[in-house]
Amino acid sequence: MNDKLPAAPVYNDRVVRQFALAAVLWGVVGMLVGVIIAAQLAWPDLTFGIPWLSYGRLRPLHTNAVIFAFGGCALFATSYHVVQRTCRVRIFSDALAEFTFWGWQLVIVAAAVTLPLGYTTAKEYAELEWPIDILITLVWVAYALVFFGTIGIRKVRHIYVANWFFGAFILAVALLHVVNSAALPVSLTKSYSAYAGVQDAMVQWWYGHNAVGFFLTAGFLGMMYYFIPKQAERPVYSYRLSIVHFWALIFTYMWAGPHHLHYTALPDWAQSVGMVFSLVLLAPSWGGMINGVMTLSGAWHKLRDDPILKFLIVSLSFYGMSTFEGPMMSIKTVNALSHYTDWTIGHVHSGALGWVGFISMGSLYYLIPRLFGRTQMHSVRAIELHFWIATIGVVLYIAAMWIAGVMQGLMWRAINPDGTLVYSFVESVKATYPFYVVRLLGGLLYLSGMLLMAWNVVMTVRGPGSAPVVQRRTAAA
Amino acid sequence: MDSLYLLLPLSVLLVLGLIGVFAWALHGGQFDDLEREGLRVLEADLPAGDTPSEWVHGPSAPMLDVPQADVNEAFRESIDEREKRSSP
Repeated sequence: MNDKLPAAPVYNDRVVRQFALAAVLWGVVGMLVGVIIAAQLAWPDLTFGIPWLSYGRLRPLHTNAVIFAFGGCALFATSYHVVQRTCRVRIFSDALAEFTFWGWQLVIVAAAVTLPLGYTTAKEYAELEWPIDILITLVWVAYALVFFGTIGIRKVRHIYVANWFFGAFILAVALLHVVNSAALPVSLTKSYSAYAGVQDAMVQWWYGHNAVGFFLTAGFLGMMYYFIPKQAERPVYSYRLSIVHFWALIFTYMWAGPHHLHYTALPDWAQSVGMVFSLVLLAPSWGGMINGVMTLSGAWHKLRDDPILKFLIVSLSFYGMSTFEGPMMSIKTVNALSHYTDWTIGHVHSGALGWVGFISMGSLYYLIPRLFGRTQMHSVRAIELHFWIATIGVVLYIAAMWIAGVMQGLMWRAINPDGTLVYSFVESVKATYPFYVVRLLGGLLYLSGMLLMAWNVVMTVRGPGSAPVVQRRTAAA
Repeated sequence: MDSLYLLLPLSVLLVLGLIGVFAWALHGGQFDDLEREGLRVLEADLPAGDTPSEWVHGPSAPMLDVPQADVNEAFRESIDEREKRSSP
């Protein structure tokens, strides 16, 4: 027995390490699939017509891998880390936390097998069939128990704002998943949705947009409110505003979903409700964005030398950009031009690559050296390089999709004096080709940045001085 | 629009629940001393057991008057002492 180690390590960093490394691995995989399908759009015959590698099957694999595998693992890692540190207590249950890790990995592997085989519910971002949905539910209940259990046994009375965001994300995703995935199984691999027609569409986009709101926004705002102050070594610009940000976002998000169904069979009033709520969302989103960026006020010089801070702060500028663009696109007249075009894909990726990706990468760069008992990453210059490669990649991606989207919208609505369409659909596809190539280039840059990160993480973990990591840190840490 | 008969009551219930949580947070003293809560996250990651008792039992302003470096130093000492005690 080693008497030098404390009898019981205070914090459970093991599960945080597991999820942090998994996030990097799944980031590489998910982004690689993204690059493949981007290439397929430019060159459709790229995969020789092999059904398992067709665009329709790989696309949900890409979205599931980046959102739920990369983003999900990053959220698990950071929420477990943050809740322990801010509540000053070890996680509620080590066994349940371990179950969430292996359960979540099983979900990811099951998705990676079933989606290329063509098993799908055809619900966007909820494609997985019912046995996997049940596994997700079990993992999520365990996650909620671990997280809220830890809050319950906290040693500090105040619940830090990041935990409010993480908590809202966990509860909302549970509700959304259970309601939207309700289905009648007819066999092990096939089920029918509990809803039909426009009902199904409404439930699906109530789910779909709230998944953006609570999975891809609230959860990552939890990261933002912990890791930006930590890395900048300054408190949040206005802690009061962060509380207002939380409650305003929570009360207004739920009804933005119908903007995905403008000009469909959904009743007009429901579409308008969706549009109004989407516009209202601009206020809390920008409040939070300004709050995060202004955290650096008086210390702007740190941004020049610290690539991790660059990731964190630039992620907020993309957050601000996409939360301005989103409400604008939800306006019905704008939507009439933008809907079904690549503008939507550009919008999603300015949020996904710029906001979700950058805030996760910044947080992981902060977290990983500390989790493995290092003072910093193996190569800080590689982080700097990653930042610039990724930024150029995102800009190329979204600029190409903006131009392509507006062009497609204008071509589709162009009408001759006699009322016939000026362009056939395939002409708009042909005109988009160069933009698909530029988008692929942007994606390739973003993926190379992620590969650089993976190398940096491996070198950090294997690096010199890899003494067994003691799971407590002194005040000097 | 049958699905709205599910989604609308669900949303109303959710908002009522949220109002309940908000009321709990408000009356439970979560927002009593917000300025200090923002600063606390910057303090070093302490193991449990070394948590100053006023953090657990509620707001007490004096913490702010002590320079952060001194606070951290005090915590570091208490940890060193604990380690001494636990090693033979």
